[in-house]
Parts: sequence; C-alpha cells; structure tokens
Amino acid sequence: MKNKLVCYFSAAQSEQPIIYRLVKNYDLIINIIKADINPQKEGYLVLELEGDKNSYDEGVIFIKSLGVVVEPLSETVVWQPEVCIQCGACASFCPTEALNIDRDSMEISFDNSKCVVCGMCLDCCPTRAIQLHFEIKEAV
Amino acid sequence: MSAKKSYEEINEKIKRGEAVVVTAEEVIGIVAEKGYAKAAQEIDVVTTGTFGPMCSSGAFINFGHSNPRIKMKKVWLNGVEAYSGIAAVDAYIGAGQLPENDPENKVFPGRFTYGGGHVIHDLLARKDIRLEAVGYGTNCYPNKKVDTIITLDDVNDAFLFNPRNAYQNYNCAINLGDKVIYTYMGILKPKVGNASYSSAGQLSPLLNDPYYRTIGIGTRIFLGGGVGYVAWNGTQHHPNVARGENGVPQTGAGTLALIGDLKQMDPNWLVGLSFIGYGATMAVGIGIPIPILDEEMLHYTAVKDEDIYCPIVDYNEGYPYNKPMDLGLVNYKDLKNGKIIFNGKEVVTTPQSSYPRARKIAETLKGWIQRGQFELTQPVANIPSADADIDFKSIPERNPGATNLNGGNRRD
Repeated sequence: MKNKLVCYFSAAQSEQPIIYRLVKNYDLIINIIKADINPQKEGYLVLELEGDKNSYDEGVIFIKSLGVVVEPLSETVVWQPEVCIQCGACASFCPTEALNIDRDSMEISFDNSKCVVCGMCLDCCPTRAIQLHFEIKEAV
Repeated sequence: MSAKKSYEEINEKIKRGEAVVVTAEEVIGIVAEKGYAKAAQEIDVVTTGTFGPMCSSGAFINFGHSNPRIKMKKVWLNGVEAYSGIAAVDAYIGAGQLPENDPENKVFPGRFTYGGGHVIHDLLARKDIRLEAVGYGTNCYPNKKVDTIITLDDVNDAFLFNPRNAYQNYNCAINLGDKVIYTYMGILKPKVGNASYSSAGQLSPLLNDPYYRTIGIGTRIFLGGGVGYVAWNGTQHHPNVARGENGVPQTGAGTLALIGDLKQMDPNWLVGLSFIGYGATMAVGIGIPIPILDEEMLHYTAVKDEDIYCPIVDYNEGYPYNKPMDLGLVNYKDLKNGKIIFNGKEVVTTPQSSYPRARKIAETLKGWIQRGQFELTQPVANIPSADADIDFKSIPERNPGATNLNGGNRRD
C-alpha cells in the first residue's frame, strides 16, 4: 500500500534517524515530499510511504511510538484567478467538473467542493495558475 | 451598394465621438436584427480580438552602453539568452527561448517553467531583470563582461516585433496514438481522448477580414495592451488555401508580423506560458479594428463560429511526420460548446486560446475608438491575398557533399 502522511515532530524527536529505521527495519519505500525540520525547533515531514500492508502498518506504529504525531496528508488544489488567463484548457482534464467552463461566457470557475485533488489540471495549465498546496498545521 | 464610407469619414466621426463601434460578436446580433444593408449604414467599425499562445514573438532591446563600452557577443536576461548578432548593445529576446540550464525534456515531460516570454512579461511588470553579457573586446568596445540588474525603464528602446501572430484559423489537434502526447496544442490524450483548438473564431482578427481588404501594412492595432502596427505579412503567410463560400480559410492561412513599443504595453496582455513537454512561449493579446467601408466588409465581420471550419489533425503521426490524413473539418461553435463528434464518438474539446480575454480586447479597443483615442489607418500596402501564388515550402534534403565541407559553411 502507498499513502502520503504528515509527521509532526517536537524538537527532541527530530534528532532521531526515523527514515533510516523505516527503511532498514520495515523495508518501506520512502519519498520525502516536503520537510521543515531542524534540531532547534519542532517541524514536520511530508512522506510518501510505500510497502506491503504489514510493514506499512508496523512502520506507522513505530513512528507513533516515538511520540511523533502522524496524520494523513490533506492536499488542496488552489486556483489563482489573478494568474489564470481563462484559456479553459484545464476543464477538459477535470474528471469532476470542479474546473468548469460556463459556455456562454467561456469563463472558467473552480468549485473546491467538487475537487478530488487528482492533479490532472496541474500539468495542463500553461500559466501555472493551479497549484497543489499541502495543508500543514502551524504547531504540534 | 449604398453604404460606402471612407477611412477619412470614419475617422472624422471618431474624432467627433460619434462613431458607431461594435465588437465582432455584437455585430452578429445586430445583423440578425436589422439586416446587412441597414447595419452597414449604421456601423462604422467592428473590433476584433484574440489572446493565445504565439511562439513567434519577441522584443528588440537596446540596453545603452556600459562604461567602458561593450560589443555584446552573447547576452542573457534572467539567464535566458537573447540574440546579439546585431549592433553592440542591441539584442532580440524570443518568446520561446529557454534558460541555458533548463532541463528541457531530459526528464520527460519537461516543465519549461521560464523562458523568453516570461522575461518579456517580467520586463513589462517592471521587475528587476539580471542582465549578463560577454564580449571579446575591441579597441572601440574594450569591455568584456557586464553583470547587472536592469528594468524596462533603464533601457533605451524596447519594441515588440513578432514575426508571426494572429494566425487566420488553426488546426484542431487530436492524438490517434495509444499514448498521451505533449504538444504545443497542450496535452493530447490517447485514442482521441480530447480535441485541442486555438482560435478566437468569430472574434479573431483575420477571420473577420478574410481577404485582408483593410488589414495590411501599417494598420494600427491593439497589441499587448498598448498600440502597435502591422509591419508585414507574418512568416508562413499562406493565403491561397481552401476557403468556404464565405471566403473564410478552412485551415491555417494568413498571418501577421506585428510591431509596437513595449514600454507602453501591459503585462496582463503579454503573458509567459509553459507547455509541459513542449516548451515556453507567450500569450499575446491582439485587437484589430475593421472599418465598415461597405456592405461587403459587414458581411465578413458578421461571420459566426458555426460558419468557420478548421481541419482535424493528428499530432501523433500526421503533423510531426507530415503524413497527409483527411480527418475532416469541425466548426468553432461545436468546439466552443465543449464536444465534437469524431468517427461517431463524442470527444471533449480543449481550448488553448482565451475567448474571454479575446472578448475583453475587442471591448477595450471599442472603448478606445468610442472615446476618440484611437483612429483607423488605411494600409500603406496590402499583404498577399487569396489570389497569391505562394508555395508552402519545406527544408530541402540535400547532401552537403565533401567539396563544401572545408569551405566554412559547416557548423562544426
């Protein structure tokens, strides 16, 4: 199985070689998507964790056993209307019509509640008006 | 025809603030309501607009001299090379140029997040731009290196000069292959998963003057949010193609070379673009006013999306390998409605040209003319029209041969 997780660290926890243990002891494939950690302060790590179900579950239990707060990553697609030039290229790639063209005005609008964060729109936007944001909490 | 008007008469009305100006969209409804003859008497000017990716665009810049002076052999703006094989501190920054260290398509598909079009946009946004230049040093130009920060206000001259803009009609791109492809027409899903098009259709300048009766060399236009001019026909201008009964070409045909002072343009109307897997380019905003000299011009400007057809072209093999395939025609009404029928199957459409922005350009230009700020110009000379005998050439395949190889005409 494969999942994206956010791990929140306290300053003390950030000294531990967590990634090393996850690879060595649990045979997990790890992709660090984003990280903001230093030994002086608390921080976070956005991980993509991949492995068979047992290893995955045990790996997550291990991280939690260190006192690290683990939460599923919540991603949001953000459409920046001030950057968008209203070409409309994204709409035909959006599977849920979250990005939709009004056929009278030919204008694009974005309905966040319909978005399933598939990310198809990110590649086809020529002005990079659509971005993927990771939701990270301010503090642990 | 009763309703004949001259450029002078129309300009007199513009000066008095009495000119009747409508957009190429509005004219359609007016003709439906009043008929051609009455509408041709009333309407003086129809404004058009288009805002889409136009790779063949760029700007000439004169930076002024460094002290000591330099003859720039190479020059970079924010790391993007500009062509400097002209006078000492002149250069041309092209919209499609990439930074030297761009990963391009080495990891496919490349992102192309910055290029010459983005530099032009940043210049217009009055951002700081890093200027680097090297020279080999001469008695008159001893300096060999410049590395500094400039803005658009620091340079002597900056004018946009776009060799090919405002394509009169364009292909509708599909992918007949079984893998996704990344093109200048955007992402094309396999097995005709989408159909991409790029024209403002009924609002597009050259589709409203199909034989270039009023759009010619010297025509004053809206360019990049400021005022520009038609300099010449564009490169690949090919007016002698198949046309419908309304005179509208059924494939890419006429093009325009455009020029204008960059310093009075607006960053909203020249926007750097990144096409995944293809490269960087720039969206250019263009609006051209069409004088209703007679009823014939009104007929042209009243053209509707459903009467403008473009060819469906396969970008998997047909376009890249010049394989002729007759895949049929499709009209812009269907394309804009979001679905076309291809081989009995419904296909979603992907626009590349911004129709809302094209409309805004036509509205803006209409406002300028109504307020008396913008007068019309009669072309100094016409550009070749449908009766031209222009051969659309390809690069000849010839063997350079051993005899030429030592003559210096070879790129080592």
